[in-house]
Amino acid sequence: MKWLLAHRLFWPLVTLVLLLAVDAAFNPGFWHLQWRDGHLYGSLVDILNRAAPLAVVSLGMTLVIATRGIDISVGAVVAISAAIAALMIGGHLVVKDGVQTYVSRFPMGLALASALAVALLAGLWNGLLVAGAGMQPIIATLILMVAGRGIAQLITGGQIITVYYAPYFFIGSGFLLGLPFSLFIVAALWLALHFALTRSALGMFIQAIGINPAAARMAGVPQRLIGVCVYVFCGFAAGLAGLMISSNVKSADGNNAGLLLELDAILAVTLGGTLLTGGRFSLAGSVVGALIIQTLTSTIYSIGVPPEVNLVVKAAVVFAVMLLQSPEFRALLRGLVFRRAPGVAR
Amino acid sequence: MTARLPLPVAESVTPAAPAAARVRVPRLNAKYAPLAVTVTLFAAMAGYGSFAYDGFFSTQVFLNLLIDNAFLAIVAVGMTFVILTGGIDLSVGAVIALTTMISAALVEHHHWSATVVIPLVLAIGAAFGALQGVLIQRFRLQPFIVTLAGMFLARGLCYLISIDSISIGDETYAALSQARLTLWEGASLSVGALLALGVVAVGIYIAHGTEFGRTVYAIGGNEQSALLMGLPVPRTTVLVYALSGLCSALAGVVFTLYMLSGYGLHATGLELDTIAAVVIGGTLLSGGVGYVAGTLFGVLILGIIQTLISFDGSLSSWWTRIVIGALLFAFCLLQRIFETGRRGAPSTPE
Repeated sequence: MKWLLAHRLFWPLVTLVLLLAVDAAFNPGFWHLQWRDGHLYGSLVDILNRAAPLAVVSLGMTLVIATRGIDISVGAVVAISAAIAALMIGGHLVVKDGVQTYVSRFPMGLALASALAVALLAGLWNGLLVAGAGMQPIIATLILMVAGRGIAQLITGGQIITVYYAPYFFIGSGFLLGLPFSLFIVAALWLALHFALTRSALGMFIQAIGINPAAARMAGVPQRLIGVCVYVFCGFAAGLAGLMISSNVKSADGNNAGLLLELDAILAVTLGGTLLTGGRFSLAGSVVGALIIQTLTSTIYSIGVPPEVNLVVKAAVVFAVMLLQSPEFRALLRGLVFRRAPGVAR
Repeated sequence: MTARLPLPVAESVTPAAPAAARVRVPRLNAKYAPLAVTVTLFAAMAGYGSFAYDGFFSTQVFLNLLIDNAFLAIVAVGMTFVILTGGIDLSVGAVIALTTMISAALVEHHHWSATVVIPLVLAIGAAFGALQGVLIQRFRLQPFIVTLAGMFLARGLCYLISIDSISIGDETYAALSQARLTLWEGASLSVGALLALGVVAVGIYIAHGTEFGRTVYAIGGNEQSALLMGLPVPRTTVLVYALSGLCSALAGVVFTLYMLSGYGLHATGLELDTIAAVVIGGTLLSGGVGYVAGTLFGVLILGIIQTLISFDGSLSSWWTRIVIGALLFAFCLLQRIFETGRRGAPSTPE
């Protein structure tokens, strides 16, 4: 029992289960899953599908936060990647010999590769500013956050680009083996990361940098290289999420795509038990965190509260989580609980 | 944040400064260098605009910079103090929105008098900031994440009041909004612009003429040293965030006058513009170095970029964001160079 309570995924999972229980209480058909046209349908599948882009971004953000960094440009990178993909695919319907076919402006593979390549470049830019030039992570990524939206709007010409190319929609709303395709993207990314981090020394290096950058450098950890790499990966993840989001809504909006996504991603990572001060991190926790946020949104809908109130609830959750992570607050709580034994507090 | 390397406070003259640099600019103290760059940049942009576009070089165009960016200038003064202590406040835009919303709801729906509403919203803003300050100071939480949550909270509270925009028809607000102080023929300032100038003046006095201001600089230089010197570090930290909240609320009042409405989506992304203005104004993000006057020029530079783009006419509005991003990048890089020079050796990222 004790190992269960001490497991770092215990509290995030309890939160998730509680939220799901609340959902089920207000919405009797919540747990109901049905098999239709070879696909699985139901509220749970919806939540999983909608949480997928956030989960992808959170995985990238986890590594950045684990090295004591932060990347607040992910929302802008999402917008840029979506804009490039949508612009290059565009697409229109052509009737050839009585058969309707969708034609894209460039081959889809090229469009996806370019969007991801630009996202990688964006990550490299952040990485070089933080690990190379030594800027504070918040400020270094703030630059791209401010300029990125402008760049995305420059690409889309200030318009919302609509995509008319059916194969592209598969990424965000297609089904594979009866499950949403986006789930496979999350699973693949998570597995790849998991093996890269546990089967090599990379995970330990990242943790070492997060716990004490100076000591890690003294011990011969290639701190700058890894610092650049985590931002590159975070950019890549954001680019991938941009493709998923734009494919799901079949359009790209330079102004609003991925708006406030950076905050949700940071929140998901925090909820998953990764410390904002660096060091301890959990990939699975971040995925659970993303699920918690999406479930929270659907809970708020199912209770019938206006969706805007979501912000207040999120704020309350962030305050609660960060207070619980603060040693000073824990000490204060302990002091209140064990008031008779003053020695316990400190 | 983690303990910083001991950084000499702004007043000390670095003995390690290269002799060549001292000969080339004999008068300019190194601590004024970022400020000088900012002022020069503003003058260059104003000069370019005056030559390139007809009608740019008029007093009213320059006064309009102040009128249209009055709320930004007010928020930026508060933010300057926060950044001087080495912190950051992301909740400012949301607090502005909350202020416009509370004002509009009280004035329009409950028919309160403006003379009651304005002091009340100022108090709410200060209390909101102070609360964030307590969380940051007492529980050692990161300013970034606390004020982020504060931003969520303030925006969410706006929507709790009303999801739609509330327009204000109150006579006092309308009169204040229309009031202009005519300086001379064809040159006038709005109430907001006058308030902004007042706030900048008070900000300069607080930063350089009071014990509070000196403590702020000392905390930014090295919090540990400031504590050991016996300075009231905890109190000052909380007060700095309260000051930022108060400035945001005052900016919210000015914004309410400017827009004559309350809306939860007012001033979105303003926190980024504010940080950009402060950084471009020459304040170091690591804390301890910077000037309130520089911040005013930072705000004016952001304003003049917009004016230049609108005078040009052929450039789209999103170029504003790209140019601000580029300027932010240039100034951050410049800061790194100044910082490295000051420490005398290449420093490492925290």
